[in-house]
Amino acid sequence: MSEVAPLLEAAVRTATPLLIAAAGETVAERAGVINIGLEGCIIAGAYAAFAVGAVTTAAGYAAAIAAGLGVGVLLAVFSVALRRDQIIVGTALTMLALGVTGTLFRMGGATALVVATQPATRLPGLSEIPLIGAAFFAQPAITYVAFGLVPAVWWFLQRTHSGLSLRAVGDAPIAARAAGVRVSAVQASAVLFGSGLGGLAGGALVLAQAGTFAEGMSAGRGFLAIAIVALGRWRPAGVAIASLVFGAAMALQFVVQALGWRVRYELALMIPYVLTLTALGALGKGVAPATLGRTVIDQ
Amino acid sequence: MSPRQQASEPPALELRSVSKRFGDVVAVDNVHFTLTRGTVHALIGENGAGKSTLMRIADGLIPADAGVVRFFGAAPKAHDARGAARAGVGMVHQHLSLVPSLTVAENLVLGGSGLLRPVETSALLRTTMESSGLRVPEHVLAGDLSIVEQQRLEILKALARGARILILDEPTAVLAPADSDELLRWIRAFADRGGSVVLVTHKLREAIAVSDDVTVLRHGRVVRSGRAAESTEADLARAMFPDTLDRAVASTTPAAGSTIITAEAIVVVDAGGVQRIGGASFHIRRQEIVGIAAVEGSGHRELLRAIAGLVPVSSGAIQLPERVALIPADRLREALISEFTLTENVALHELGRRRGLMPWRELSGRTAALLDRFAIVAPSPSAPAWSLSGGNQQRLVVARELEHAVDLVVADNPTRGLDIRATAFVHDQLREAAARGAAVVFHSGDLDELLSLATRVLVVFHGTVSESGLDREAIGRAMVGAGSGDGAGSAA
Amino acid sequence: MIESFALADLGQVLDAFWRGSLGTSSAFFSGTLVRAIPLALVGIGLSIAFRAGVFNIGGEGQLLLGATAATFVGLYASALGPIAVVAALVAAGIAGAAWATVAAYLRDRFGVFEVVSTIMLNFIAVNLVSYLVRGPLQEPTRVYPQTEIIPFGARLPHLWPGTRLHAGAIIAIVAAVASWWFLSRTAAGFRIRAAGASPTVSRTTGRVRVDRVTFGAFVASGALAGLAGGIEVSGVTYALYENLSPGYGFSAIAVAILARLRPLAVLLAALLFATLETGALGMQRDAGVPSVVALALEAAIILAVVGVSGGFRDAPWRTWRASGATVAR
Repeated sequence: MSEVAPLLEAAVRTATPLLIAAAGETVAERAGVINIGLEGCIIAGAYAAFAVGAVTTAAGYAAAIAAGLGVGVLLAVFSVALRRDQIIVGTALTMLALGVTGTLFRMGGATALVVATQPATRLPGLSEIPLIGAAFFAQPAITYVAFGLVPAVWWFLQRTHSGLSLRAVGDAPIAARAAGVRVSAVQASAVLFGSGLGGLAGGALVLAQAGTFAEGMSAGRGFLAIAIVALGRWRPAGVAIASLVFGAAMALQFVVQALGWRVRYELALMIPYVLTLTALGALGKGVAPATLGRTVIDQ
Repeated sequence: MSPRQQASEPPALELRSVSKRFGDVVAVDNVHFTLTRGTVHALIGENGAGKSTLMRIADGLIPADAGVVRFFGAAPKAHDARGAARAGVGMVHQHLSLVPSLTVAENLVLGGSGLLRPVETSALLRTTMESSGLRVPEHVLAGDLSIVEQQRLEILKALARGARILILDEPTAVLAPADSDELLRWIRAFADRGGSVVLVTHKLREAIAVSDDVTVLRHGRVVRSGRAAESTEADLARAMFPDTLDRAVASTTPAAGSTIITAEAIVVVDAGGVQRIGGASFHIRRQEIVGIAAVEGSGHRELLRAIAGLVPVSSGAIQLPERVALIPADRLREALISEFTLTENVALHELGRRRGLMPWRELSGRTAALLDRFAIVAPSPSAPAWSLSGGNQQRLVVARELEHAVDLVVADNPTRGLDIRATAFVHDQLREAAARGAAVVFHSGDLDELLSLATRVLVVFHGTVSESGLDREAIGRAMVGAGSGDGAGSAA
Repeated sequence: MIESFALADLGQVLDAFWRGSLGTSSAFFSGTLVRAIPLALVGIGLSIAFRAGVFNIGGEGQLLLGATAATFVGLYASALGPIAVVAALVAAGIAGAAWATVAAYLRDRFGVFEVVSTIMLNFIAVNLVSYLVRGPLQEPTRVYPQTEIIPFGARLPHLWPGTRLHAGAIIAIVAAVASWWFLSRTAAGFRIRAAGASPTVSRTTGRVRVDRVTFGAFVASGALAGLAGGIEVSGVTYALYENLSPGYGFSAIAVAILARLRPLAVLLAALLFATLETGALGMQRDAGVPSVVALALEAAIILAVVGVSGGFRDAPWRTWRASGATVAR
């Protein structure tokens, strides 16, 4: 049983970027926009954090958010303002971000190949709880931000008029417009929020996990986050649980040797992706926001 | 009767010389409409008469091309939805505008700002329910409410926003008789308490029963306006469907052929699972031209889809023929692919059955011939469908479907948007199809057209299908549930 | 951080691009044209899928599965002699189709969004190849993460002696013509186009089984991507190894979109993008500009095409008219 604690700790750490990205994507999708460029937001944020993070960690995170927003602005312009197909624009944005970050990285001659990662911040008292204490409450500070996002997003969606309008836009844009809600503005804001968090997730990937940058290090996390949102039924609590499960699946690759499983490393790497397929197939797609992925055209 | 307002008080709503066109079509033509405070004013007309357009102008959703709109004597600065709302107008739409996944309370306050305060929202809901007398269950999603409750919520929404003028667009169209009566009683009480109501409806009996004033629109113009007490149902029906005939009523009644459609106690549900046709039984024979007379929301659309074989019946049995020509109501959604060429659109017919190669050259030739035969204005068969005017698009659809030999033609408003010549041509085509042995089942919102073409008439009202004679007034009454009862009984 | 270029440096960069892509006959015939082949094949497949309204982003994974199958057949079916290459390519097509079928089935039966499922399958495929070339299929000396070299019988012949241009080019051209002919001349192809343009009209007016049609298009695109993988192995690499595909599956998306989903235009678009990519490699070799910049340029081209063309995928089923009519799908 002694393997459970380190696995749990690794799971939470690995889940952090997933949860951050998924929380942002939840907001975007509840407004009816699917962000296939989320992978691009993550890799952009990762690179920005890598490039700036040597200065201070906070600056690194700020740069990460800004990078994510940069991608988000393009999505907002092309998909919300210009009403072009969300899937194609998103795919292009992911390619763009991968290309730009790869180029910058190879050319950049970064000041340091390794960036100091955030140390764990032990929460007094909580971190002493047996079994789960170390896993949940002795993590880098960004993990607590991720935890905090869950109730924050819930509160926004359920307890503010903006959140209400956003939910209305995603489910019945016609009714929303009839009630005076500005559909395009809401969708654009949701996109920017989701992209910013996507960038932050990339920042967490570098600053709280890897400590360095590698091309394509996002490794599909953006798409895992999209799957997590669907599996979590577009609700913050469900998304949090799904993120943890997927974090555990991804963490297995590190822990597989320690667990003494006779599984080849490459096969262990497959686990999160196979898990996604199985879960999506088994649990179905749930009831998505009615207008998700569809372009709302004005009269 | 409500206490009549003082002569010096301005009317709640006044539309003066209001006109509106959409492209070539005149929707509203120099209409005067006055809603006195504390009264119910019924606005009556067929589909396409301009009622909805007029009310959307009143609600600020669309601007008028000409004329003045005044609320309580004052014209709002900005004539938009906000301006109208501030002036106290609340519109309750025919197609409800609630968000199904939100709760009752959330729908009530949608569009506000700041924090959501469940306690205050709840209080607002309860106060509004109390002062209005309309009740809905509180902790429920709007999508789970019954139709009646959804409508009540729509009204509560308007009242909660301080509406003093309610515009109700066909509110009883989707209601059962008992619920309709209850709603009408409520409307009357609301007016008696000082509220002002425009009741847009085609149900004559209700209009007379509950209103103070009645205005009839036809082709965008006011053809009758006066006190409800001074009108009978017959008067109104005549105003809606007048005797004047521009067209020759050529209804030859050929001997009907063999039975080609048999329906026994069929029940049809729509895409949302709501039952639209309940227990209808009828036969249709070759060479018959059956006109389906119905108003919006009666279920006739679902009936036509079932007859065309597009949807299965959920109970009962129906036998349908093999070769069907379908002219759907919404051509851009169901009949034409706008970015495809005309030839490609012609080739869509029965594409699912085609094997092997597409004979494009032949299809192109056939399309060119169709363009010619049906006088479709188009540069060439390889022009994209979106480049055609609406009328020509409709001609193309008709041309494509009636080109082949078929057993059954199902048409929903086939002459919509067509001029007189084209309309006559389509009629000839339908007659010809019948003469060649097909059964023709069609719906038209224009009763004159229906009668000029049909050899038989089935009336659909509230999901019930009944046979009617070829008498205009009788049909008109049956369509709106007036006159001789709700027309229960099967048609042979 | 980012080196700034003087005008002379810019000239050097452009020169490196030119030499890498079109400037020398070796660059053109052994580099650009060879690279265009898999781009074209996957692009043709994607044209078919996108036209049917299926967003198959899994070209990469389907290609890898095809490469794996071709390698397997090439290594273990040497008894077939010169027929081996045909068998290898057929196996490649089948493997790619099978990989796409997983996503197609999930879409059809469970409503799983194909963008997510195909991308998951991409990652699984990459790891599968890693596992195979480091494990069961690794070359005998167990030193390098790759398979043995496939025997001569399993290789595609060269078209031009002295270059790397192989018979796969013919296959690509044939595939383009065949796909063009299929889409524009056959009823099945027309059904695919109609189903993608408007499933509702297809069902109502055409009585088309839209689900079956899109399933078929999905699988067909997988087969073509698989074939591309098989051709890469049989014509260029002669073995399976990691990073066999430098992102052909993604570049092919850009190729398909630039070609406006027309199979014949895909050939030209593939050539253009191959030029872009080999030029970028040249820039990296001779002027120090990272080749991955090509990916960014390709993405920019997609955005430009989509931005300008008024959203060519403005298919009615993707729009929700705020006037009150519901979604057509």
